[in-house]
Amino acid sequence: MNTQVLVIDPAAGLAREARAPREEGLPGDFAIWIFILAEMLAFGVLFVAYAFTRAGDVELFNASQETLNRTAGAINTLVLITSSYFVMRAVTAIKHGLSKDCAWWLGAALMLGGVFVGIKAMEFHDKFAAGITLSTNSFYMFYLALTFFHFMHVLMGMIILAFVIAKAWRGGYSRQDHVGVETGASFWHMVDLLWIILFPLVYVIR
Amino acid sequence: MQYQSQAVAKPYFIAAIGLFVGQILFGLIMGLQYVIGDFLFPAIPFNVARMVHTNLLIVWLLFGFMGASYFLVPEETETELFSPKLAIITFWVFLVAGALTVLGYLLVPYSTLAEMTGNNILATMGREFLEQPLITKIGIVIVALSFLFNITMTLLKGRKTSISLVLTLGLLGLAVFFLFSFYNPVNLVKDKYYWWWVVHLWVEGVWELILGAILAFVLIKVTGVDREVIEKWLYVIITMTLITGIIGTGHHYYWIGAPEYWQWWGSIFSALEPIPFFMMTVFAFNMVSRRRREHPNKAAVLWALGTGVLAFLGAGVWGFLHTLAPVNYYTHGTQLTAAHGHLAFYGAYVAVVLTMISYAMPILRGRAANSEKAQNMEKLAFWLMSISMLVITLLLTGAGIVQIWLQRISPTPMGFMAVQDQVSIFYWLREGTGVVFLIGLVIYISSFFVKGGAKAAA
Repeated sequence: MNTQVLVIDPAAGLAREARAPREEGLPGDFAIWIFILAEMLAFGVLFVAYAFTRAGDVELFNASQETLNRTAGAINTLVLITSSYFVMRAVTAIKHGLSKDCAWWLGAALMLGGVFVGIKAMEFHDKFAAGITLSTNSFYMFYLALTFFHFMHVLMGMIILAFVIAKAWRGGYSRQDHVGVETGASFWHMVDLLWIILFPLVYVIR
Repeated sequence: MQYQSQAVAKPYFIAAIGLFVGQILFGLIMGLQYVIGDFLFPAIPFNVARMVHTNLLIVWLLFGFMGASYFLVPEETETELFSPKLAIITFWVFLVAGALTVLGYLLVPYSTLAEMTGNNILATMGREFLEQPLITKIGIVIVALSFLFNITMTLLKGRKTSISLVLTLGLLGLAVFFLFSFYNPVNLVKDKYYWWWVVHLWVEGVWELILGAILAFVLIKVTGVDREVIEKWLYVIITMTLITGIIGTGHHYYWIGAPEYWQWWGSIFSALEPIPFFMMTVFAFNMVSRRRREHPNKAAVLWALGTGVLAFLGAGVWGFLHTLAPVNYYTHGTQLTAAHGHLAFYGAYVAVVLTMISYAMPILRGRAANSEKAQNMEKLAFWLMSISMLVITLLLTGAGIVQIWLQRISPTPMGFMAVQDQVSIFYWLREGTGVVFLIGLVIYISSFFVKGGAKAAA
């Protein structure tokens, strides 16, 4: 029933969210789901554009793809999936009213976010050092654009997590009221999900 | 009126409407010149009429934004304006500078105006929408700074709400991006590249923040819906606006010598630009349908809803029509662009300023709302102006499609001027519809002179 209301009348969702958390329906703040949908749409269009452009010049795409560091990409995939698991543990912790545990789990996820950023920055550095730019060819244009947009989302997600950690550490969330944790977690899972699609699409599939 | 200093908004609104009339008259002159090329030549050549038409639009919208800010900020911050006197001085400086500039356009040849006003010291003139002489541009910066100073000081000493913060951010962006009008590199590609930082990042970036804030303010007032709900919507909308709008600048970079990747980025991100506009429409209708009070000012509610719908159509739908690079390859710089420009400016910015004027003017004149008769006239004016602008848009779209076909797709393409002859029927109909728009505007202005307040003043 509630989910239906959310779909038909978004404002009703907003109004209720402002009052109290619920067990049923979408976790976290309703507004974050509008963002998530919009973000997925933007990335979705980019993925489709990549697929169509690749179809037009498969050889170029395959040759350029060979130059990517697949090991780094694979490690980063594991890093993000693990961080998502930590975030999930953080949500479980706060649902049991364990504020400090929640903050620790989120802190671990944040650290893994840092690992991802470090590895990705090294990859970017290698590519730029090799003289590769957005104008080198269509493959690199998509590779750099897609991974850079995603990179910015990881940074954004880390900022969100940092805020949630600070509030959780101060005991700002409780068993009853933890919409903020769920909101941050939802965004982080989206960042993870996008990478899980991006990695095979750009690094692996040929 | 809750705060005495809100009264400074009144001269701004009056000046805005006055310049609006001027804009429409020059639009009609120019519309006629499309079909009778030497109409009023050499007194007012086409290029001058066009310059006055577009510059007046921008200036009166700026007057509207400033008036709206002076009305909105004291009420949101719950404190008197920092300096009402400064606001009035700024008003006269801006009005006199604006009037002198338009007189300069009309009375002296443009090149003479450029010589007279120091264009040889720093060349900034001669570019579409940024035709203003150097001294006017400097004047605009001074006016903007004093205005921002006044608003920021008020904000600092009062309550900080999301609406006033978003508004101030938008106004700050407006001032910052205008600075790019002073950068005029010799390289034509670079010139155009940064020219869009003023033009695009204004109308598809920071102005949308101003629009969102004004609309949210009026909706809180006329619907009584919780501030919390409205502010959350405002945040979601402006974030979407900035994400899509900033990278969406790329849709201007397709064929001007900028790197090729802009064709992808411009297409993808600007294709998403209708989303925040659509959300704004849903937002406006939702808030009105969930209203907790019946505000006596029905005309203001109509304008607010109209802003949502017309901005979505003009900026969203008509923008999307020609924003994808493969489509734009054929449609670039045709009457389709003019169609989009007309409905987008009217639906988003003209409508939101008139929404604010509709809500604030009765209050500034000492009543919650105008009499029923005055409101009915205003509503009639809304429908006449909005429908005629929609028809103008459809006619220009028709002209654009024929133009694209004859000039760019047909196996035997025709020259530009030959095609213009072929589409003259559209231009005649557009001119007639423009006259209907003017009638709507006259009725709108007349509604201010109907005496009395609403019977059920809240």
